[in-house]
Amino acid sequence: MKKFCSILLALALVLSLAACGGNNGGSGDTGSGSSTSGDSGSGDSGSGSGSTGGFKIGGTGPLTGDASIYGIAVRNGAQIAVDEINAQGGIQFDLKYEDDAHDAEKAVNAYNALKSWGMQISMSSVTSTPAEATSTMNFEDRIFGLTPSASSVATTQGKDNVFQMCFIDPAQGTMAAHSIADNNLGSKIAVIWKNDDVYSVGIYETFMEEAAKVGLEVVSDTNFNNATSTDFSVQIADAQKNGADLVFLPMYYQPASQILAQAVSAGFTPKWFGVDGMDGILTMEGFDTAMAEGIMLQTPFNASSDDPATKAFVEEYQSRFGEVPNQFAANAYDCVYAYKQALENAGATPDMTAEELCGLMIEQFTTMTFDGITGTGATWSAEGAVSKQPTVVVIQDGAYVGLN
Amino acid sequence: MNMKKSFKNMRKSTRRSFITYGFVIIAFIILQIMNGMGMLSFSLQGMLVPICAYVVMAVSLNLTVGILGELSLGHAGFMSVGAFTGVTAAMALQTAIPFAPLRLAVGMAVGAVFAAVVGFLIGIPVLRLKGDYLAIVTLAFGEIIKTIFTNLYVGVDQNGLHIRLLKNLSDLAEDGTMIVRGPMGMGGVAKISTFTAGFVLVMISLVVVFNLVNSRAGRAIMSIRDNRIAAESIGLHVTKYKMMAFVVSASLAGAAGALFAMNYSTIVASKFDFNTSILVLVFVVLGGLGNMLGSIIAAALLTILPEALRSFADYRMLVYAIVLILVMLATNNPTLRAWIDQLQKAVTGKRKKEAA
Repeated sequence: MKKFCSILLALALVLSLAACGGNNGGSGDTGSGSSTSGDSGSGDSGSGSGSTGGFKIGGTGPLTGDASIYGIAVRNGAQIAVDEINAQGGIQFDLKYEDDAHDAEKAVNAYNALKSWGMQISMSSVTSTPAEATSTMNFEDRIFGLTPSASSVATTQGKDNVFQMCFIDPAQGTMAAHSIADNNLGSKIAVIWKNDDVYSVGIYETFMEEAAKVGLEVVSDTNFNNATSTDFSVQIADAQKNGADLVFLPMYYQPASQILAQAVSAGFTPKWFGVDGMDGILTMEGFDTAMAEGIMLQTPFNASSDDPATKAFVEEYQSRFGEVPNQFAANAYDCVYAYKQALENAGATPDMTAEELCGLMIEQFTTMTFDGITGTGATWSAEGAVSKQPTVVVIQDGAYVGLN
Repeated sequence: MNMKKSFKNMRKSTRRSFITYGFVIIAFIILQIMNGMGMLSFSLQGMLVPICAYVVMAVSLNLTVGILGELSLGHAGFMSVGAFTGVTAAMALQTAIPFAPLRLAVGMAVGAVFAAVVGFLIGIPVLRLKGDYLAIVTLAFGEIIKTIFTNLYVGVDQNGLHIRLLKNLSDLAEDGTMIVRGPMGMGGVAKISTFTAGFVLVMISLVVVFNLVNSRAGRAIMSIRDNRIAAESIGLHVTKYKMMAFVVSASLAGAAGALFAMNYSTIVASKFDFNTSILVLVFVVLGGLGNMLGSIIAAALLTILPEALRSFADYRMLVYAIVLILVMLATNNPTLRAWIDQLQKAVTGKRKKEAA
């Protein structure tokens, strides 16, 4: 009897969830609300645009699991752009995001699901490892891909139809070394990096190469991994012992916030220099923004900028999702607008096949100049890498201020 | 008629293995026909090779857990060894063997050999333990393998292979290519795995496992599972037979890993973590300990299930977990079991009548 009860209970749970899922699936058919969960609330606004018969944009990203903050940010950012564009009339988009849980195998599955849905142009994947797998599929299937945030070189290498909206990792390492050297920010550099993270390793390696070229003295070089990303006493002590006056942190903001907090308690107060993954530290829950005071970071996106387009985006994002958007969301927002511009320029229509659109998009992206909220005058090389000006900002009174 | 008779007069174990072979062959033929007619969705097409790899993983783990009776929680470690060594071999032989299926076969063989060697080395300390202790040690082993591959750098140029731990290669010639890039795993892998190759591997692993189980050695292995002391008392070399099962299981997992890896353009060590080991264990437990056909069906269904649940959007993995609980409860329900047995009897009984 007990067993019968437990089975009945579980069955009831499944059925109730099936009901929820059914609703979600339904909105997927009618348009842009598909990828939104119940709590995000954007499904409602998305449903207004309905089945527009517009261009079908698909993307995979980690909507669940450890890396889900990036995937959800990208999905939200893209959703806002799609809703804005659909509201304007003219070109219409249907957006669908599938979960890849930051895993290449699931990303390929998610990509195939999108292909069955009828994806015409793709936003590739959010994170680097899945993007490497799905961009190969993009290349084979001739579906154009523009990734908002997968920054590894391998994402675009050897694929003529996959482009990036974010800086590639080596470019970030090079730019960081140059900014530090050109602005005389520090003489003795310490580097702390994460050795099981593609992003961190990619930046670290080119930074070290470039640092040697421009004559920066690296006095401390320590790393950590996922399992040890809570205790940084060894790394901080090493930097402190070697008299580092600037610490370079090529990593995302979560471990960086730990390092900052632990450095404060160790009485170590160097200058800090971060990369675009550091963006978001000010809005992190439970983080004392006073500790981020004086951090320098290079980012394509500044949420507190006075630019009207950025302001509008940040306000919309805050009102919908209750938080300040990070650079992932901003890059995704720009991706959709870049698509809009390219499709308009090319005179593309939604009844074109993915392959026809692919040819048009390659032509457009290698020739056009795009002004977005993550930088103006962005151009793309034939290899798919973006070229736009990174801004080095410094955190003052809890806000970004341009350096110099 | 004669064949039918001889099939009936076969030993139960032999009949069972033939049913399993038949099931796999028929499933393969049906899927191939459906694929040829374009009836399979892109999702399912993409999952054919991983399903084969997971089936081999489940069958090989069933050898350790079901037949040998030892709980191994590090099976993904062997898959990882096979994946990395197999792909390295296939990439290094890119020019030497231009024929892709042969290169794939060589890659899988290399993966199997390396996984067997690692299985043997691990087996020396591990198989002295039993029960929970063995489980924990295999768990630790899986983590060690993952960490090693996360920090391994391998490149190839005209001077041959370069292998380094922790630091990136600096002495690689300009025309050389990196194969394993530390935490970035392997990239630019040629996707040469095919469903046919996967099917062949499944068949090979079934032949190997069934022949081992139904041999003298297999009976010795099962006697150790059922009563170690009794087995020792009649003069069986316990460690030897345990090692035999363990190494075979490891090498099949290695081949599966190579097949799996060459289905994707990139593979990272963190893919083969504790979760993957547990996933394979779930296949085995769900399919039934010692039941190979059950493992095959469970592996195939549980690989497809998360994809079939995509319409649940954010609730997907929750539904997956609940379905898993339901299935586990249902398959272990004595009333339901008795009912299925009855049904089986009714069907076979009818057949007997027909034959008469």
